[in-house]
Amino acid sequence: MAHDTAHHESNIGRIWKVFILLSVVTIVEVILGIIKPAFLIETTLISMKLLNWIFIILTIYKAYYITWAFMHMEGETKGLRRSVVWTGIFLICYLIFILLTEGDYVYEVFKSGYVAWDF
Amino acid sequence: METAVTKTGTEDKTWGGGNQPLKVSYGKMMMWFFILSDALTFSGFLASYGFSRFKFIDSWPIADEVFNHFPFLHGVDAPMYYVALMTFILIFSSVTMVLAVDAGHHMKQKKVIFYMFLTIIGGAIFVGSQAWEWKNFIKGEYGAVETKGGQILQFVDGEGHRVGLKDIAIINTHKDRAQHERKNGIWFKKEGTLPTYTIEEIRAGFAKRKDLLIRTQTLTEKGQKTILSRTESLKRMQADAIGIVEGANLTHNEYGTPLFANFFFFITGFHGFHVFSGVIINIIIFINVILGTYERRKNYEMVEKVGLYWHFVDLVWVFVFTFFYLV
Repeated sequence: MAHDTAHHESNIGRIWKVFILLSVVTIVEVILGIIKPAFLIETTLISMKLLNWIFIILTIYKAYYITWAFMHMEGETKGLRRSVVWTGIFLICYLIFILLTEGDYVYEVFKSGYVAWDF
Repeated sequence: METAVTKTGTEDKTWGGGNQPLKVSYGKMMMWFFILSDALTFSGFLASYGFSRFKFIDSWPIADEVFNHFPFLHGVDAPMYYVALMTFILIFSSVTMVLAVDAGHHMKQKKVIFYMFLTIIGGAIFVGSQAWEWKNFIKGEYGAVETKGGQILQFVDGEGHRVGLKDIAIINTHKDRAQHERKNGIWFKKEGTLPTYTIEEIRAGFAKRKDLLIRTQTLTEKGQKTILSRTESLKRMQADAIGIVEGANLTHNEYGTPLFANFFFFITGFHGFHVFSGVIINIIIFINVILGTYERRKNYEMVEKVGLYWHFVDLVWVFVFTFFYLV
């Protein structure tokens, strides 16, 4: 493992760049969360507010930079990268799809009013 | 490390061992797979949070109204500023961690010590902030009334500003409700902490103050809480209200459905536990760096492995921040 020390050139510049990027994205999220622009709330896309989609996309964007730059996934072999990232993404998407569909179904059942719950 | 390996005589065969198809050490690879499994655990929590939220999509508490405290700013409505600050602290400690790893690659012991120290401080501040957030959440601010069906009714004045129980209650000084203690009964059972006011005191105060209205859990089209008319409010107070709630625990929650509190405690608690254990592991590695263990070993890969864990904690927080506070 002596090779580790040999070919690592310093990438301090890149680290700070990524930090600035993550900070800017977080600030944008917080500002959007506080002012909540009306048109982003009123527009819905695939049964979710546009604002929430923006939050989720920005979060995934941040997650990408943390994993790729800070955890140095970009420097790992294709095999390691795929076995970690693809496995995770596939299982998480599956889980989210199943649970949210079910949650929405339960909501419809509640709403149809056969059971009183607001008393 | 290589000196301890025994030869098997099958080194030249593909499956004879000794080759690294992923070109990382065993420890680092296993740290990656641990992170993968931990990521799935957190996804399970967040997805079940999503499930409950979709189930109560039109009555979920509004995070901006729940988490609006900032240290030294009492009574100021500061939605999300504090949690944004916490996010910065954690991202910054991630940066110092990756700087420590970078310094480790160049065998600069002094720099590794300095950056790891900053990382540990950042982590400790984050855990402390989390504790403060919990304290505010558990203590509650305004208090609310609970109905027979477990619904939460909050109070607002004519302009829609929240009104606390302490400004409503007309305290009946003639009746003093004694707390039942272990020593008094037959079965050595005691009751839980008594609430500050009784429901009758709140009911009397509510009837007297004509400007007060009730705010229910149900969300309107615009995503705000529904405010009932005065007559409806009085009716609900008379017919449905059975008890008062101050703050939040696992069964009662003045902000809305108890599920919100359960998920808050569970997800941020589990994440906070990760941060805490990350700080402990960082301290262990930090001591090793000071002692010169990795200097003698001639590589700082342990710093890299603990760094991976630390970044993962940051990664999870990015998602918790989005789904708990923003969405």
